[in-house]
Amino acid sequence: MSVSVAIRHRFPSFQLDIAFDVPSPGVTVLFGPSGSGKSTIVSVASGLLRPDSCRIAVDNAVLADIGAGIWLPPERRRAGVVFQDSRLFPHMRVAANLRYGMRRVPPGAIGFGDVVDLLGLSGLLDRRPYTLSGGERQRVAIGRALLAQPRLLLMDEPLAALDSARKAEILPYLTGLKTALRLPVLYVTHALDEAARLADSLVLIDEGRVTAFGSVQDIAGRADLPLARRDDAAALLLCEVAEHDHPRALTRLMGGGTALWVPLLNLPPGAQCRVRIPAREVILASRTPEGISLHNVVPGTVRRIAGDPDSRSAMVEIALPDGALLSRVTPDAVVRLNLSLGAPVLALIKSTSIEAIGT
Amino acid sequence: MTTLTPEEWETVWLTLAVAARAIGFGLPVAILTAWILARCRFPGRGLLNAVVHLPMVLPPVVTGWLLLIVFGIRGPIGVLLHDWFGIRLVFTTAGASLACAVMTFPIMVRAVRLSLDAIDGGLEQAARTLGAGWLDRLFTVTLPLASPGILAAAIVGYATCLGEFGAVITFAANIPGQTQTLPLAIYSALQVPGGEAKAAGLSMISLTLALTGLLLSEWFGKRLNTALGR
Repeated sequence: MSVSVAIRHRFPSFQLDIAFDVPSPGVTVLFGPSGSGKSTIVSVASGLLRPDSCRIAVDNAVLADIGAGIWLPPERRRAGVVFQDSRLFPHMRVAANLRYGMRRVPPGAIGFGDVVDLLGLSGLLDRRPYTLSGGERQRVAIGRALLAQPRLLLMDEPLAALDSARKAEILPYLTGLKTALRLPVLYVTHALDEAARLADSLVLIDEGRVTAFGSVQDIAGRADLPLARRDDAAALLLCEVAEHDHPRALTRLMGGGTALWVPLLNLPPGAQCRVRIPAREVILASRTPEGISLHNVVPGTVRRIAGDPDSRSAMVEIALPDGALLSRVTPDAVVRLNLSLGAPVLALIKSTSIEAIGT
Repeated sequence: MTTLTPEEWETVWLTLAVAARAIGFGLPVAILTAWILARCRFPGRGLLNAVVHLPMVLPPVVTGWLLLIVFGIRGPIGVLLHDWFGIRLVFTTAGASLACAVMTFPIMVRAVRLSLDAIDGGLEQAARTLGAGWLDRLFTVTLPLASPGILAAAIVGYATCLGEFGAVITFAANIPGQTQTLPLAIYSALQVPGGEAKAAGLSMISLTLALTGLLLSEWFGKRLNTALGR
C-alpha cells in the first residue's frame, strides 16, 4: 500500500510541481525551508485548496485526480488535518471538540477511549480550549483529527508554535501514536529533530520541487543532498536492541547490518530504536587502531564523496550492508587515506556520540 | 413616577409586542442577509449591501411612504398578500411591526456581520476537514461563534424598535390600541393641552426600557464572550 501525491499549481509568484510515492502506513515527513511549498501540499491533500492539476491516492482510494474529474471536497475526503494553530472550537469543551469529527463518520477502528489514553487527555475532557496550554491544545487537535477516522492524517507543522519544553512534552505522544495506529501520515516540518524522530519516509522539498524522497535511513545517509551540507548533518540507522552488558554499562544495537555499542539504554532486548550518528563525530581509518577507548569500528565501503563549495571539508558516504554512515573530513584526509569510490574503509565511532532518539 | 392608566399600560404592552414581532421575523432574515454579505461573492452584492442599509440613511418618513407604495392595498406585494391570504398590513399592528423591522434591519445586519467577519475562517476549514457540510458548519460553528453579535443585534434592534416613529406613523398610522406605540403616544400626548404629565410618564418608561435593553445587551455579551474564551 502506498500514498502517492502529484501536484502542479501556479501561484502568482511561486510554482509548485511535486510528485512522490511513499509506503503506507507510516509517517512521511515533508521537510524543507519555510516557503518551499510544504503547507500547500497539505492544503491540496486535505481538499482545502484546489490546484491546477493533481492526483492524490491513498491505499488505492483516489482522493483527487483533476485530470479524470475527481475532486472529493474536504468534508467527504476523510483526510484528518492537524493545523499549526490547533483550531479547536472555542465554544465547545475538549470532549465535544474530540467528538466533532467522530459524530460525522461511521464508527471506525479508532475508539474514543484509545485516543484519550494514547494522548493523555482524560484530565482535559471538561476543559474549555482557552484554558489549555499550547501542547495540550495540539494533543486535543491530534485526537480530534484521529477520531474522524481519517484515511490519511495530515500534520502541518504541529509543533512549530510550541517552545522546546512543550515540544519535548508532546513528541513522546507522537512516537507512541506511530506504533499504536497503522495510518499513513504526512507530517510537514522544517525542524530536523522532529524529522529524525518521527519519519519513516522523508520527502525533501525546496522551492516547490522535490529534491529527493525515500526511506529516512536512505535519505539521511546520502552525502549529495542539501541535508548533508548542514552543520548538524547525521546519518540515521534504524536499530534493534540486541543485548545489554550491565557490568560494562553498554548496550549492543543491531542496525544497518552492523553492530553498534552505545551507553546502556533503558529498552528491553528486541525493542526498536533509532540512532543518529553525527557526521562530524565519525573518524575514518584504513586499519584498526590500537590502544584507544573506542568501542565501534565499523567496516564499510566508500560510496560517495561530496565536497562542499568552499572545499574546506568533504562529506564521505560509507555504505554498510544495510544503510550508510556519513563522515565529515578534510580534503587532506581524503588524500592521505587514499579514499576513492568502492574503497574499503573503517568508520570509528565513539559510543557516546551515538544518539538514541526513540523508536 | 405617576401610576399608569389602563390605556397607557396597553400602549406599553403594544409597543413591546410590536417590537418582539419585528425582531422575531426580522432577525432570522438579517442573519441570513449578513451571512450572504459576509461569505458569498456574487454580482449585485454591492447593490444588496446598499439596499439593506438604505433605511439607515433615508428619512424614516420616506421609508414609511415606500412601504405604503409596496405593501399598500394597491401595492405590488400588498395586493398579493390581500388577495391570497387576506392580510392587510397598512394601518394594522402587523404593519407597525413591519415598519419597525425594516427600520432596524440595517442595524441588525451590521451587528451580525461584524461578528461573522471576526470569526477565524480556519475554524470553518477545520470543521470541513472533520466532515461537516456547509449547513452543518453554519449551525455548529459559524452561528455559535457569531452568537454575541446575534444577541447584540436582537437587543439593540429591540430597543430601537421601541422608539421607532416616522416609518410607523406613516405606514401604520397612529391608532390607539392598534398601532399607537410609545413614541406615537408621547407625540399625541404633547399635542393636547395639559398632556405634559402623561408624556413625561411615558417618556420615563421609554427611557427605562431603552436603558434596560442596553444593560442586558452588555451583560449577555460579556457572558457569551467568556463562554467563547475571548
